[in-house]
Amino acid sequence: MSALTASGRGVVTTDAQRTRKRKAPGAINPIYYVILIALVAFSMGPIVLSLFAALKTQSQLAADPLGLPTSPQWGNFLVAWTQANMAAGFLNSIIIVGGTVIGVSVIAGLAAYAMARLDLPFSGGFMGYLLVSSALPIQLFLVPLFFLWTKLGLYDTQIGLIIIYCATLSPFATLLLRSFMISIPRDFDDAARIDGAGELRVLFRIVLPIAWPGFLTIALITALDAYNEFLLAQTFIQSPDKMPVSIALYSFREGFSQNYVLISAAGWLMLLPMFVLFLILQRRFVDGISASGLTG
Amino acid sequence: MTTSKAELVRAARPSARPQARASRMGRRRAIWATAFIVPLLVVNVCVIAGPGLMSVYYSMTDWQGFGPANFIGFANYVRMFGDADFLTALLHNLIWTAIFLVVPMGMALLGAYLLSRLRRFATLFRALYFIPYIVASVVSSTIWSSLLAGSGIGSVIGINFLGNPSTALPAVAVANVWTRWGFLAVIFFAAMQSVNPSLYEASSLDGASTMQQFFHVTLPSIRPTLMFMGLMSVIWSFLVFDWIYIMTQGGPAGSTEVLSTLLYREAFTSQEAGYASAIGVVLALISGVIVGGYQFLRARKGWDI
Repeated sequence: MSALTASGRGVVTTDAQRTRKRKAPGAINPIYYVILIALVAFSMGPIVLSLFAALKTQSQLAADPLGLPTSPQWGNFLVAWTQANMAAGFLNSIIIVGGTVIGVSVIAGLAAYAMARLDLPFSGGFMGYLLVSSALPIQLFLVPLFFLWTKLGLYDTQIGLIIIYCATLSPFATLLLRSFMISIPRDFDDAARIDGAGELRVLFRIVLPIAWPGFLTIALITALDAYNEFLLAQTFIQSPDKMPVSIALYSFREGFSQNYVLISAAGWLMLLPMFVLFLILQRRFVDGISASGLTG
Repeated sequence: MTTSKAELVRAARPSARPQARASRMGRRRAIWATAFIVPLLVVNVCVIAGPGLMSVYYSMTDWQGFGPANFIGFANYVRMFGDADFLTALLHNLIWTAIFLVVPMGMALLGAYLLSRLRRFATLFRALYFIPYIVASVVSSTIWSSLLAGSGIGSVIGINFLGNPSTALPAVAVANVWTRWGFLAVIFFAAMQSVNPSLYEASSLDGASTMQQFFHVTLPSIRPTLMFMGLMSVIWSFLVFDWIYIMTQGGPAGSTEVLSTLLYREAFTSQEAGYASAIGVVLALISGVIVGGYQFLRARKGWDI
């Protein structure tokens, strides 16, 4: 699958984009815009409708489910925030996502460095192992893992979930970082080594400062994956005071199955941080996630 | 600095020493390299490889998740063929696969192709199409549940799409299509950007219409991406869990049950951990066979896919 990864990333480059754009045909059929805007409506419509729903009263929502909110009830967000236990959920998510990002950056950073810069023995075999383990479905190891974690006392702990996320998200992060680190000329480290720098110094003073955009990309993808993940969080966290925001929202939904005003408001609160992050870092998001989709 | 100069001098001297030194450095580097992959290997073995292999073993036992696991050979796998729940779930996965090979792929191809013809706003459209993909499954399921069953389109038309066994599966699929198609569009758009523009120019000179260009230039040029995304769509379709579990829990009356939700229920509700492990192994085998077959055709048979 390595060839695919490479071709996938090649596809995301912008050089071809620029040439292509310049040579785009002159006249554009207005029907194109109609279809493209219809697709935008499909993508954004539900999000907008859910915002509208969050701003209505229950009776307004029942009477006019798809219309504009006539008198926006901003207080709904506050009610949802308290009733869905969002404050605790966000705090737990920050711990879980933060721990996962740090863990993955360290684990994948070291492994990628070993593969790209240190002549790792059996490097090809290790690469194959990473590809296979990043392609294995969670369903394969979920059941024994659950009972193993229960035995080890890691079930229903945040550290237990962080370890699982580190394991599932590291292989892809390693492959991505490796390709970043391979592009740094090796003369840099050789020169440093001749000057007497140790391996750790080469890593921290030379490779890390150059490879940091790669780390930023994997941090972003890892954060998004860990924040949005559902199956593992639902399986491995049970106590309400340890739940990340995704599970807090799910429990709230189960408890308030009919109150779509508050459910929509809580959903919007969970959506908002990623939405803002996406608007700020759009390009890095799209390229990073596209690459992650291409390796599976 | 003095040592570095000394080493430079030594390195420049034509003797056996630099080679010895190089190999010593190489060996030291290899030791470091091995040490650096240990953390990854440790978490990987504890979470993925170890439990994965345990799954293979437990799939051949009558394990309940606690107590003893008696070895029963392939009985769990034989049981699947006679298990109506399993066969229904498998059928739903196949329907799901068919939907996902057609609907989001088609929408993505259409959107991406039209975007590739635009001179401006393409980046804006691309971002707007991509946004659903960053929405968490629990949020998108919530949004679509309320639209289809609670307070939205469902209540306007007067149909609870999620409560009706004949509409529930396609209704859940809508939510998942909504999430996926924009991602596919972004990938296809990127692939179309790298199509050689001279192919379009040549086909224009030959009088090809837009449709003809799409079918005879664009599609063949992005075929590797197209095939790969099709393959991923099949795998995703067999592993789908979140949207179904959150929106319908496999109901009503099992009408949306898929292999993942069945596995979950068998493991954590019915105390059939051995049987659930066997379902997990089957899911892994399905994705393994798909990826393996694809790699075989590509690498060994040299197929251009």
